[in-house]
Amino acid sequence: MKLLLKFDFTNVCNRLLEEKLKAHHVNYRQTAFGEITLLETVSEEQMKAFQNDINFYGIEILEDPKNIVVQKIKDVIVDMVFNEKDVNVKTSVYLAEQLDQSYSYLSNLFSEVTYTSIENFIIIQKIEYTKLLLTKEELSLTEIAYKLNYSSVAHLSKQFKNTTGITPSAFQRIISKRKENKEN
Amino acid sequence: MNSDYINIALADDDEDDRLFFTDAFEELKIKSKVSTFEDGIELMEFLENSNNTHPDLLFLDLNMPKKSGLECLVEIKTNDRFKNMVIAIYSTSSSEMDIENTFVQGANIYIKKPNNFETLKKVLSEVVTTNWQYHTNGLNKENFLLRL
Repeated sequence: MKLLLKFDFTNVCNRLLEEKLKAHHVNYRQTAFGEITLLETVSEEQMKAFQNDINFYGIEILEDPKNIVVQKIKDVIVDMVFNEKDVNVKTSVYLAEQLDQSYSYLSNLFSEVTYTSIENFIIIQKIEYTKLLLTKEELSLTEIAYKLNYSSVAHLSKQFKNTTGITPSAFQRIISKRKENKEN
Repeated sequence: MNSDYINIALADDDEDDRLFFTDAFEELKIKSKVSTFEDGIELMEFLENSNNTHPDLLFLDLNMPKKSGLECLVEIKTNDRFKNMVIAIYSTSSSEMDIENTFVQGANIYIKKPNNFETLKKVLSEVVTTNWQYHTNGLNKENFLLRL
């Protein structure tokens, strides 16, 4: 006896995906055919297991190429700030060199994906590093301004206040009071 | 692979303010799901129920009946389950002492309540985008302090 089967491919794919996502306890929402949005963070392990499982059925997860470029930009900036790289050229030139793309392309892409600009991202990272040096290494703002190539302490201090709304000294005071409270 | 929107909770006893906030969030670029609570007790009951999804970002009005924003803040900060939650205090008070005290108690953000919708939208947009940077870049939330 022969059976002839007709497949509704869209339905087959959706059902299979649904089953697998549920089996891996992934909380998601389907946003389009072949596109799902995760509603909570999934651990790397969980993601790997899920990926292995669906690969068996010939389903692959495609990474968004835009996200890959943005992640590279971020990596270069974080490396530059936190490892105190001595970059002799302007940051825009440095980024364009490192990623082998024009700066205007990178800049537009970055703003589109991250809701902020490259310039602003660099400032955020510098201020984060400043916070770390203030609280963990207990460096003075003068030392930090020099380390991070600011033209003056006033410039760093102003940028800190503009970014966080509080002064570096208030920041230091709050963090050390929190520590005291924890110890008591 | 980050989820596309952030979970926001808001506790404020003033109905107009709650409406103001939810309207403002709807107009932001970053998508959010907002739950609102009328007082501190209602909020804490929601948080303590482990079946509920925790908000990523919580807005606390400082002056609420039954349980104040400061009391909620202190309770939340002593519970390890909530250690990833970013807490924004907002109040009409601009006393330096009040502000510094909420930061010391563990608040991440202090907002002076704006009195018009446009400013509120601007302020919330800044809060949400800054929070987004911490959220997506694995920055140390212990050092997340923002005053607007």
